[in-house]
Amino acid sequence: MIEGLSWRQIPLALVIEDAGNSVLYKTGDWKTHYPVVDYELCINCGVCWSFCPECAFEEVDGRFVVNRDYCKGCGICAQECPKNCITMVEEEAE
Amino acid sequence: MAKRVGIEVALAIAEAAALAEVDVVSAYPITPQTHIVEHLAELVADGELNAEFITVESEHTAMSAALGASLAGARAFTSTSSQGLALMNEIVYITSSMRAPVVMALANRALSAPISIWNDHSDVMNERDTGWISIFANNGQEAYDLTFMAFKIAEHPEVLLPVMINFDGFILTHVIEPIHMFDKEEVEGFIPPYNHPHKLDVDNPKTLGPVGLPDIYTEVKKQQEVAIRNSRKYIDQVWDEFADRFGRRYRAVETYYADDAEVVLITQGSVTEAAEVVVDEMRKRGKKWGVVSLRLWRPFPFEDLKKVLCGGSIKCAVVLDRAISFGGPLGIVMSEVRSALYSDPGRPAVVGVTAGLGGRDIKFEDYVKMYEIGEECLRTGKEPEEVVIVGLRE
Repeated sequence: MIEGLSWRQIPLALVIEDAGNSVLYKTGDWKTHYPVVDYELCINCGVCWSFCPECAFEEVDGRFVVNRDYCKGCGICAQECPKNCITMVEEEAE
Repeated sequence: MAKRVGIEVALAIAEAAALAEVDVVSAYPITPQTHIVEHLAELVADGELNAEFITVESEHTAMSAALGASLAGARAFTSTSSQGLALMNEIVYITSSMRAPVVMALANRALSAPISIWNDHSDVMNERDTGWISIFANNGQEAYDLTFMAFKIAEHPEVLLPVMINFDGFILTHVIEPIHMFDKEEVEGFIPPYNHPHKLDVDNPKTLGPVGLPDIYTEVKKQQEVAIRNSRKYIDQVWDEFADRFGRRYRAVETYYADDAEVVLITQGSVTEAAEVVVDEMRKRGKKWGVVSLRLWRPFPFEDLKKVLCGGSIKCAVVLDRAISFGGPLGIVMSEVRSALYSDPGRPAVVGVTAGLGGRDIKFEDYVKMYEIGEECLRTGKEPEEVVIVGLRE
């Protein structure tokens, strides 16, 4: 990681030497809200999964579960859910 | 052995790039640069130069392709003028920031509007802060030598920065000059093979030019600033090695009769030799005038300039600008020279003049007028507040 390094320590022109490092970058860390699914009402239709622009919904044990590392909190899933069973909840500071 | 041949300077500059065995030429035609890349295209088409000549649809792409080629490990060259350089601007800045040692031959030409194909320095001054090493050639031989040497400077492992060689459009590019042209054998080994430590390589993928978040951007810029400052010693090294091997010596600041001069004219480019002719003539008439030529523009040669100008016979330095900073100090070079000397108690008065805009000829009496403005400053003991545009119709 380069955070906190002095200008003397950083690689030339900020070259990143190791390939495939984008998996380390969690793109969901700046959201203000995240979806909470009420699985009592959920009919597993997959609309949230198909509409999510970040592919943040994953199929786990037959249910659609949001991966908060990548959810950006846009709320499209809550808007599109035909059963209105998704609530956007305010993210708390870590 | 080197032959002295009469050759158009633009063609000689192309030959210098070919002599350096460039791998990639990426360029778009623009007056007065066109003959340079035309000749390179000819050398490639004739099989005399083993290089990829990339014809592009604009200068923005010319520099983009040169940047990509350079980072892929190819020795890359481009050439442009004026509007072409202005269009390149975005990538000019990125090329130095990504530490790609591209060499660019810049046939200095005025910026529009009004449209002008003729010579001044508004194009290069517009690129002052892009982080390139920037060097001025005062005649065709210098343009040839400096273009050839630029590759060795740019690609030095401790430098890895792009270099632009400035030479006046038409006044130099389109003139036939006797130039010492090297044979390939003669320069053998002078420029070592190019090897970038972080080249694009499919077998060893790296990320070049990533996002720099606010946490790291400042440090990257500091690293770049230190790199161009440190490049100075390698520029001197290359020029010294060239002098030792081939006899022609280049210095960051060049002087003509500066040792005993009272008033000097500070110049860049082809006006230098014209001013020297004026000094020769006026010294016969008892005038203690001299010329100081600011060959190295970036990195700025602070100490060299102080050494020449401060504490000696020089009482007034008249700085000739070939471009205007509108609403600013008018003279760009003038304000840099004045600022460089500011803290030195032995500094001469610094006076600014502007002339030769958009190809306006600077005549003998115009140079005399510039020196006289310096003498006037000494008589009154006051540095004029305003830069004088010499040759302007009031």
